[in-house]
Amino acid sequence: MTNTLIQGILLGGYYAVIACGLSFMFSVMRIINLAHGSLAVAAAYGLWLLAAKLGIPPFIGLLVVLPVMAIIGWLLQRFILERSARGGTLLPILTTFGLSIVIDNLLFEQFGADTRSLAPFIGNLSYASWQLPGHVFVGKLAVLMMVTAIAVIGGLQLFLSRFALGRSIRATAEDPDTAGLVGIDARRVNAVATAITMVTVGIAGAFLAMRATFNPYSGGPQLLFAFEAAVIGGAGSLWGTLLGGIVLGLAQSIGAQIHPQGFLIGGHIAFLIVLFVRLHQFGFLSFGKIRTRLRSPS
Amino acid sequence: MSTIAPGISVERWTASSRMTLAAMMVAVGLLAAMPTIASAGVTDRMTALFIYVILAAMWNALAGFGGLVSVGQQVFFGLGAYFTIRLADAGLDPFVSLIAAAVVTGAISLPLSWLMLRLKGGEFAIGMWVLAELAHLLVNLDRLIQGETGTSLISLNAYDSSTRRVAIYWLALAAMVALLGALFALMRSRAGAAMQAIRDNEDAATSVGVRVAATKRLLFVLAAFGIAVAGGLWLATAVTFQPKTYFSVQWTAYMIFMVLVGGIGKFEGAILGAILFFIVETVFGGTGVWYLVGLGATAVLFSLYLPRGLWGEIERRFELQLLPVGYRLTFSDLLKDRQ
Repeated sequence: MTNTLIQGILLGGYYAVIACGLSFMFSVMRIINLAHGSLAVAAAYGLWLLAAKLGIPPFIGLLVVLPVMAIIGWLLQRFILERSARGGTLLPILTTFGLSIVIDNLLFEQFGADTRSLAPFIGNLSYASWQLPGHVFVGKLAVLMMVTAIAVIGGLQLFLSRFALGRSIRATAEDPDTAGLVGIDARRVNAVATAITMVTVGIAGAFLAMRATFNPYSGGPQLLFAFEAAVIGGAGSLWGTLLGGIVLGLAQSIGAQIHPQGFLIGGHIAFLIVLFVRLHQFGFLSFGKIRTRLRSPS
Repeated sequence: MSTIAPGISVERWTASSRMTLAAMMVAVGLLAAMPTIASAGVTDRMTALFIYVILAAMWNALAGFGGLVSVGQQVFFGLGAYFTIRLADAGLDPFVSLIAAAVVTGAISLPLSWLMLRLKGGEFAIGMWVLAELAHLLVNLDRLIQGETGTSLISLNAYDSSTRRVAIYWLALAAMVALLGALFALMRSRAGAAMQAIRDNEDAATSVGVRVAATKRLLFVLAAFGIAVAGGLWLATAVTFQPKTYFSVQWTAYMIFMVLVGGIGKFEGAILGAILFFIVETVFGGTGVWYLVGLGATAVLFSLYLPRGLWGEIERRFELQLLPVGYRLTFSDLLKDRQ
């Protein structure tokens, strides 16, 4: 049982990495990017390609993939999201959903239905573990994911509170028009925010590929995990996504203990329960509250 | 036509819209007679077209009139098919269980609406997808379904294949006409005015006393019922039930494509979109992956460059309104000259 709980908590690290980008982007631009998961899978394929075809180890491959993801994010904002967002709040949902279908099927066209994994390219990291007293095993990769999640979220918070560009992002998130009046270029700020988001998506893609297998249609489930973690932890700041990820990971691990097919069911039910309780208490969802905290992360 | 001030009048029916309604009645009559001359293959394809029209019209009702974009409407498609299997297994006639399944699904959507309708925009969209995934997993747990292996609507075998084909065709046609008719009547009623007010500006609608929540709930349940009918009909034509196929997000992708291309928020747009999708599928469906890439790319391009869809553009350019759900203000020529 202890092992299950520890695994669940550490799994939350992965969910936090993929969820923090989703809620960061939402808080800045009020857009939920439905291609979020598909882009993570695309990054995973990028790493797999570098590792399998060119022999570049995934951790070195990230030095190539993450800048590429940042550029993709910039382009995504400049050429697609910006135009889409002008058409109202509903249009970006349709645009990004269409985009996810394009990405998924292009990946399928290119790589076929085979499942892939980065596990063969990272030595024994995917299964190695530390043994703690009392037959408790802690996976090394799981710990690495959790540490990375804390580093990514901590880094984002630091960036938002201590750097001029980060403060511009917060100002734009709060009120784009007023931010424009004091000389902040909202277009540039949004493009930077999307680029940063895509870097976190790239990291999430790497972890997805290292800890499990993936295929061209894995993007949808990753989007749902990210969304669930972001909503569950939504009451707080970006750190809330870490809490949300841990709750989601725990619910899934406990679900898997109860029933062989309970892993996913456990996560979805936990999400709905949190949703129900929160709506019952506050009458609205707290997804927007992340934004409030983004305004004053200190 | 009623005059509200000298030279200004309000009208709903125009000559072209009366013609359209008459033409549609003739078309439905011809379609009803079609199975007597058409081949089995054509009859099956036409059944598919009717199902697409239902899906497009229902998704459009939700997104175009209620402002509720869902990427999880496959939940009702899957549940409609699942409950048809369940009820037929309990001994009900397959055609009766198809309708009963849609009623059950509609009833389930009512408590769901209480939770889901409090979500806004993208939260509602993905929240519905979560529901679809959960429903898929729970249906898999039913021993009757045998997990992803699936099962079949065996009781359909009681009917011989040609009778069955024509019966399903007529049922699909009747369901399409009834659902479109209900939607049309609804859109022209007081509730319809409320829906279009919500579509145009939710905050403004609330401020003039439109009962936003109740109106959205009505649309949510109607869409759930209609899509469940479509799911049951699809099951009747395909016979086999594999949960993965019915709960696939692809159904929502199709709905979005049809409505975006046809014209979101336009009654005629959904029908036009379904017909176009049907043609595209017939021509390119065999190309597999590239067909899906094309659908996605078209949806992206329409959302960016032609968000009103083809019908929106046609209506704007030619001031054409075939099936009017709103009113239009006309100025007499005298007044126009003075402007």
